Amino acid sequence: MALPPPDPQFVLRGTSAAVHTLHFSCGGPEPDIPLLFSGSENGFIHVWNLKTHRVDTALDGHGRKSVYCVETMGGKDRLLSQGRDQRICLWDLAEGRTSVTDSVFTEHVGFCRCSLLKVAQGRWLMAVAARSLEEVQILELPSKTSVCTLKPEVGAKLGMPMCLKLWQLNCDSQPVLLAGYEDGSIVLWSVSMGKALSQLICHQEPVMSLDFDAEKARGISGSSEKVLSIWSLNEQQNLQVYKTHELVNAGISDITIRPDKKILATAGWDHRIRIFGWKKLKPLAVLDYHTATVHCVSFSDHSNPRERLLAAGSKDQRISVWSIYAQT
Amino acid sequence: VCFIPGGLDCSISFVSHLLGKVCVHGRQKEILGVLVPHLTDLTKSDCIWQRICWRLVECVPDRWMEAVVLGFVQRAPGADVLSRLLGNLVVKNKKAQFVVTQKMLLLQYGHTTAVLQNLLGYLSLDSLRRTLLLRVLQELLETWSSSSAVKHSPAEQQLYISKAILICLSHLKEPEIESCRQELLTSMMEGVKCHLDSSLPQLRRLGMVVAESISSKINSEGPVLKFEYEEDDETRELKSLLVQTPPFCVVPSLLDDDRSEKAGAALPLVPESNEKPHPAAPVMPDEELDAELDSDDDLTPYDMSEDKELKIKTPAYIRDCIEVLTGSRAEDMDKWEATVKALESLVRKNPAATREVSVELAKILLHLEEKTCIEGFMELRQRAQVAVLTTDPIPVAKYLTSQFYSLNYSLRQRMDILDVLVLAAQELSCPKFHGKTKHSGAQKPCIQLLPGNDSSKDWRRIVDERIKSKTRRFDMGRSHVELASCPNAFNSVAGHFFFPLIQHFDRPLTTFDLLGEDHLVLGRLVHTLAILMYLAVNTVAVTAMGKALLEFVWALRFHTDSYVRQGLLSCISSLLLSVPTERILADMTEELLETQSWLGDVMEKDPDGDCRRLALQNLLLMENLKKKLEAVPS
Repeated sequence: MALPPPDPQFVLRGTSAAVHTLHFSCGGPEPDIPLLFSGSENGFIHVWNLKTHRVDTALDGHGRKSVYCVETMGGKDRLLSQGRDQRICLWDLAEGRTSVTDSVFTEHVGFCRCSLLKVAQGRWLMAVAARSLEEVQILELPSKTSVCTLKPEVGAKLGMPMCLKLWQLNCDSQPVLLAGYEDGSIVLWSVSMGKALSQLICHQEPVMSLDFDAEKARGISGSSEKVLSIWSLNEQQNLQVYKTHELVNAGISDITIRPDKKILATAGWDHRIRIFGWKKLKPLAVLDYHTATVHCVSFSDHSNPRERLLAAGSKDQRISVWSIYAQT
Repeated sequence: VCFIPGGLDCSISFVSHLLGKVCVHGRQKEILGVLVPHLTDLTKSDCIWQRICWRLVECVPDRWMEAVVLGFVQRAPGADVLSRLLGNLVVKNKKAQFVVTQKMLLLQYGHTTAVLQNLLGYLSLDSLRRTLLLRVLQELLETWSSSSAVKHSPAEQQLYISKAILICLSHLKEPEIESCRQELLTSMMEGVKCHLDSSLPQLRRLGMVVAESISSKINSEGPVLKFEYEEDDETRELKSLLVQTPPFCVVPSLLDDDRSEKAGAALPLVPESNEKPHPAAPVMPDEELDAELDSDDDLTPYDMSEDKELKIKTPAYIRDCIEVLTGSRAEDMDKWEATVKALESLVRKNPAATREVSVELAKILLHLEEKTCIEGFMELRQRAQVAVLTTDPIPVAKYLTSQFYSLNYSLRQRMDILDVLVLAAQELSCPKFHGKTKHSGAQKPCIQLLPGNDSSKDWRRIVDERIKSKTRRFDMGRSHVELASCPNAFNSVAGHFFFPLIQHFDRPLTTFDLLGEDHLVLGRLVHTLAILMYLAVNTVAVTAMGKALLEFVWALRFHTDSYVRQGLLSCISSLLLSVPTERILADMTEELLETQSWLGDVMEKDPDGDCRRLALQNLLLMENLKKKLEAVPS
């Protein structure tokens, strides 16, 4: 007799706009307060205090245009946010400050979230969709110099890049980029060489979101159709389809794999969050709390495994926070 | 008839004379039936026989040349055979040239496609004759693109000319097309305009097919003209004419082979080596992984039985529907779609509620535009409109008929109004039409929905069937299912449907002039009136309707558009069928007599075949009326 799905541990209200992106920052030692950053459609970034469940600060840096990506850069004092005002802002939040230290004007008018990768102490690579329709630009932060521009071949007709993930197998290997495109294909790019290593058509519709497990060399992608696609990367750096999973309702906005690689969560257009086991993609739970499309899901980075949380932000302006499978 | 071969220099002019005389007396079939196969065999490889044959036809006197040439063209089994038999006769003999290039193509139109192929193929096979081919094409295009020809010549002739144009095009070579590209383009533009202006769907389609073919010939690479139309046998046949299948190897066909080879070679190159992305077969998990998987089963799944497909709640009340349809909130697209799909059944289930808001609903539906991509949106909207109209006929009919003549509606909306009125009238006048499914009794003219432009055809079919049932008394083998009788719901409202439509037809508005440019809508209006008249049988208002209709028809009887004239003639048919005989005789005798003489005129002189047929039917109906009266004793 299976248990009914759990209720959220708590719900954060108060953004007064649809929530598009979430990012936890709970890894700091005591007495640091665990924080959750959320970006909303009204252009505000809210910093939630996870002990009091209230907003500590609200950051307004994107001219009231929707914020669709927030990431921390090595700790909760440095924040990166991307908005529909075509800008990426770098914030300094130490000691109560709330100032934008730097910004990058990307001229990108789509919704593709940027991807960050730390390559060395104080040096980051950021992949961001560029101004031109099919291109992805790799920038180095904080210097903002362009490392390379990844352009598909003429006539490839991939469409806009929809989601990006920069990763490297370990600190010494070359960084590579996985990009999902509008035509349903995923391309593996080599950043150092600036060219494509492999391309795989996973979906008939645009790839909405993807995530990758570098250890197992396997990734998962979701689209606006009813299918989740799991693919793997072999030694020759070639992408292959591993399996597919059919969903009950079509449309996935976000997918994320928990840092311990045991489970993954998907945010669906059918208002539900689904949890799967990562090894076999076994469906584990369907969390039905929200009353509108769930835009984003994020796992926390608590150092104590029992405190791990899952947060989901939705168009119904609420952020639900769950504690699920935290015991394993 | 056998000839002395070789060596002897004999004169065969006697034979030519004989041939000519026989042909002109109408015996072409018999003599050529024997002669042509013989000559075909003999001239296959023997040049002497070819020359003899040419001499033979050249020597036929001019006054009989036409009959002989016509006979040959009709009898020859192929263009190449014709070429062997006639040689360059058309170049040498003026009369033959006239017959082949003018008479058979432009003045006659009864020949089959095979004959056309023979003729035009013959012209294309020799360089001396190809100039004639080009000239022929120019003249055909002139006729095709002339607006008066499109308006006044019969449909069969236009089909014939179109076929001839397509066959000519199929024979033209690249340099020739280059040289006359500009003229082709100009004629195509003019011709397409005249054809699309026509009210008859067949002519429009003809124009579209020919224009597409011309465009594909003059723009072999680059964007070509493409129309949307329904394919049927005629269009398929026409398109097949564009492609020539030469049975014998003449130089042009070699060139074609060359070109098609090159095209074939280009194809394998197209799929780029970029096609590394092939969805490969799923990689099977290893044995090792299996062991690992077992250890991971400590994650127990939760109960997921509630996870079902999302269903959008459809509104359950009419007023909710109105709110959804008039609201402009962008997020409620799902609800809007669900409302549009559910509306018809809601209206029918809640007649009282519908009557409260009927005119408002009608207004909303008339202006409803497709916001999302629903399948069958036009059908759903039309059915909802019909449902509203049948639930509350009088106010909604008043609204719709007044809107028909109002400013600022598109032609499509006005024609939609007419369609909805007709469908509702049909539903109201047929007993229990909506409830029962179609019986096997095909006697009942059941039409589910008007498929747009072709509605006139279906209705004509009904009227024809009805006429047939009146003019001949056969034993009805199939037994009618006796439907339960109930009061005719159309009785009280027929007038409300009919009279407002007929009232203002001669008053032009700024954007809508029935008697002027908008003759397509006039045609549809006339057909609608015919149907409403037909459905009004057994209603009280039928006589008044009949009189008004007769006056209407009389005013428009000389209209230039054949679609309108067909409609007018259908009106007369409906009138004769629906108005009771006694009333016709009592109230409409003089008008009917005048109409009879007009019908006689139409039957003899109207260029359109359908008009003539309808006029004949009407005259027959009138005859029947007379006979019926004479049969009745007092």
